[in-house]
Amino acid sequence: MIDSGLVDLSRLQFAMTAMYHFLFVPLTLGLSFLIAIMESVYVMTGRQVWRDMTIFWGKLFGINFAVGVATGIVMEFQFGMNWSYYSHYVGDIFGAPLAIEGLMAFFLEATFIGLFFFGWDKLTRVQHLVVTWLVAIGSNFSALWILVANGWMNFPVGSEFNPLTMRMEVTDFAAVIFNPVAQSKFVHTVSAGYVTGAMFVLGVSAFYLLKNRDVEFAKRSMTVAASFGLAAALSVVVLGDESGYSVGENQKMKLAAMEGMYETEEAPASFTVIGVPNPDTNRVDYAVHIPYVLGLIATRSVTEEVPGILDLVEHAKARVKTGVAAYDALQTIKEDPSNTEAKLRFDAFKDDLGFGLLLKQFVEDPRDATEEHISQAAWSTVPPVAPLFYSFRLMVGLGFLFIAMFAYAFWLTARREHTKNPLFLKLCLFAIPLPWIAAELGWFVAEFGRQPWVIDSVLPTFLAVSSLDYYEVLTTLVGFVLIYSTLFVIEIGLLRKTVLEGPYAHDHSGTGGNQDVQHPELVQPVFAK
Amino acid sequence: MEFLDYTVLRVIWWALLGVLLIGFAVTDGFDMGVASLLPFVAKTETEKRVAINTIGPVWEGNQVWLILGGGAIFAAWPALYAVSFSGFYFAMFIALVALILRPVAFKFRSKRECTQWRAMWDLALFIGGLVPALIFGVAVGNVLLGVPFYFDDTLRPFYDGNLFGLLNPFALVTGVLSVLMLSTHGALWLSLKASGQVQARANMIAMWTIPLVGVVFVLLGVVVHLWLPGFVITSEVVTDGPSNPLLKEVSIVTGGWGSNFDTYPLFWIAPLVGLAGLVVAWFAMLMRIEWVAFVGSKLSIGGIITTVGLSMFPFILPSSKDPSQSLTVWDASSSELTLFIMLIATLIFMPLILAYTAWVFKVLFGRVTEEYVEDNQHTVY
Repeated sequence: MIDSGLVDLSRLQFAMTAMYHFLFVPLTLGLSFLIAIMESVYVMTGRQVWRDMTIFWGKLFGINFAVGVATGIVMEFQFGMNWSYYSHYVGDIFGAPLAIEGLMAFFLEATFIGLFFFGWDKLTRVQHLVVTWLVAIGSNFSALWILVANGWMNFPVGSEFNPLTMRMEVTDFAAVIFNPVAQSKFVHTVSAGYVTGAMFVLGVSAFYLLKNRDVEFAKRSMTVAASFGLAAALSVVVLGDESGYSVGENQKMKLAAMEGMYETEEAPASFTVIGVPNPDTNRVDYAVHIPYVLGLIATRSVTEEVPGILDLVEHAKARVKTGVAAYDALQTIKEDPSNTEAKLRFDAFKDDLGFGLLLKQFVEDPRDATEEHISQAAWSTVPPVAPLFYSFRLMVGLGFLFIAMFAYAFWLTARREHTKNPLFLKLCLFAIPLPWIAAELGWFVAEFGRQPWVIDSVLPTFLAVSSLDYYEVLTTLVGFVLIYSTLFVIEIGLLRKTVLEGPYAHDHSGTGGNQDVQHPELVQPVFAK
Repeated sequence: MEFLDYTVLRVIWWALLGVLLIGFAVTDGFDMGVASLLPFVAKTETEKRVAINTIGPVWEGNQVWLILGGGAIFAAWPALYAVSFSGFYFAMFIALVALILRPVAFKFRSKRECTQWRAMWDLALFIGGLVPALIFGVAVGNVLLGVPFYFDDTLRPFYDGNLFGLLNPFALVTGVLSVLMLSTHGALWLSLKASGQVQARANMIAMWTIPLVGVVFVLLGVVVHLWLPGFVITSEVVTDGPSNPLLKEVSIVTGGWGSNFDTYPLFWIAPLVGLAGLVVAWFAMLMRIEWVAFVGSKLSIGGIITTVGLSMFPFILPSSKDPSQSLTVWDASSSELTLFIMLIATLIFMPLILAYTAWVFKVLFGRVTEEYVEDNQHTVY
């Protein structure tokens, strides 16, 4: 039987390295587009200040990008290192989007990022602009393929188990790519990245305005951030709703747990704004409800029910039983691959094989399971309710806060009253970490809410680990924590230093922040060097 | 698609695995080489920055060969991905730590003037270049020896060894070959792209390391051919069966890794290219035609890596614990459909990648000089 301590440590290490990597990804996604927009304005107007903006925000982008790349290398190899059974079991499907990400996206962004920093004197203005856009597009394509892979973990379509190779194999690759969960996760995640980038630019610009330095530079940056951020914040909520819809369709248990909804409610289900989930009574205490809303989000109707946890557990119990039958047929096929009777039996039950495998945490051979074991296995499909319930609500609350902040910032910048409300500028500065918190909470809800599955309804997480020693994983976990913490401190220090030095730190022309003059030499034909 | 049957797809993906490894070695290889030569070719701060900035704009794209290699092994050879990275757990961890240091070292080094700060990142770059080169070489040596892994009947991989088991004399020599080969490649890159003292020192180093690579390569070849146990499939070979490594029998034959070269004399082209590339590089350096020397080094790396692959074919990861469970081209691949889809994706994107990478190198054409570094103090690495 697999050591549960090893499973917990492996999960902790994966969660730690993934969430750490995800500190850098959202800013890369958002800032790359903001920079591309700024440089576009520069190329179209020839105004120096827009070039300065591109270079300065690009410098911060570069510091962030370096750590993102460094921590991304670990992600690419960690599946094999710590999740070798997973890698073998689903590599046939899961590996492909990762490889295509390299081919289509990461090569693009990584090859051109060098030219972004070193190509200013070697390229025409339009060429450099194209390079910048390619970096932005590359990083966003990168997110697409990673989320195709991740979407498949949450909603495994287009594949089936092959008893001859003991693994899942792809049957319909288009279904994997156009997986509705993957698509909605992609748009939701990149929008969250745009919000992060916009809040970062907004907050740093607010800092300059509060200090009354680099004013022209900061005002323009704030304007770009406000409009880009407003669009992004609106879409993150709308597309998050789309994400809720696909969860409702495909991962009913995750939704029920997020809502702390134990009993199935009559349609249309209400949405619990806030409350205290109570695991002893299977209810949410002190709940504040909005009628109809959950039914609308999850089913897009007022007549369909949203099933509660208790009903879903009963449903899971039935699937565990068929899972045992599938497991039994599989054992026969393993002994005698030509047994057509067993093959037919397996084909009839194979969709529930994963539920049968859940029993392996209680008995060596699922066929020896008692009713008690089956009930335990069915209950193990319920992820912990309270953490999901609170995380989800905090994330949504932050999402609405971002809309309000960007809307107000947009109104201020549209009226050219950037500095009218110093209190708001202060709020913008202190709000810089909030999009990261929202993004990490979203990651947590999506992936922790997927438990106990590593591939939803297909492969339980505890079976997916590598056969490593507990202390081996402990050693590397400590190693990663140490090196990542060190890098984090250095990274924050460098970002802070760069922000404090400001956009004109090494500029000795004496014009300072007051560079909103049309340089005649810059209004040359755009194709000139 | 009659031509592209499962057997052919598997052979293509075996070849593409080689292409990716060679792609990684000839591109990121010179980055690692330059980084591991850093303390030897550059003495002053400006010299160091010259060396670093020859690779500064391109190392990031080069590194994607490694990432893509990881992804492609996952997609096309999932069993190899699962067994090797979990088996070589600590070695992988050390390589990853070294590889983590590299991107941040490039980016962070020039952000502060302080001497200790820069010395710290110089060390990080040195480790980030030398350690992965050594570990990858040691790994190849162990793959040739066979790795102590086995599966249970659910195809869960197990590994019966530890980090110190990897550090045997044979594998250490392959590790040394890897370091020598990539350092030579790095020296030749510096010779092509750097200037002044850095270039002069790199030239000197290359003149010595090029013959050394040849000597170690030939030595290892003789050892492998005459004494090393090789693996041979003894049961009937099914090339288009299900990817299940438990369905065959394998025995160990001394010098078995040489048998492919006896059966297919054409395979000798690979080691000969490996050596010829070195000869070309050495004479080109003598005549100071740096780009020819660099191309010679690329050929040599390609030939040396291909030699390893050909000598093991059809094995990819032999098991010393239970040879019959070794991973081969015929039983460790993805499904036919995945191999096919990934081939299409590769055929679409690989030419694009090669085209824009070539364009980027063309834009960056020219030497990095001390004047360039001093003039662009705040923008270069």
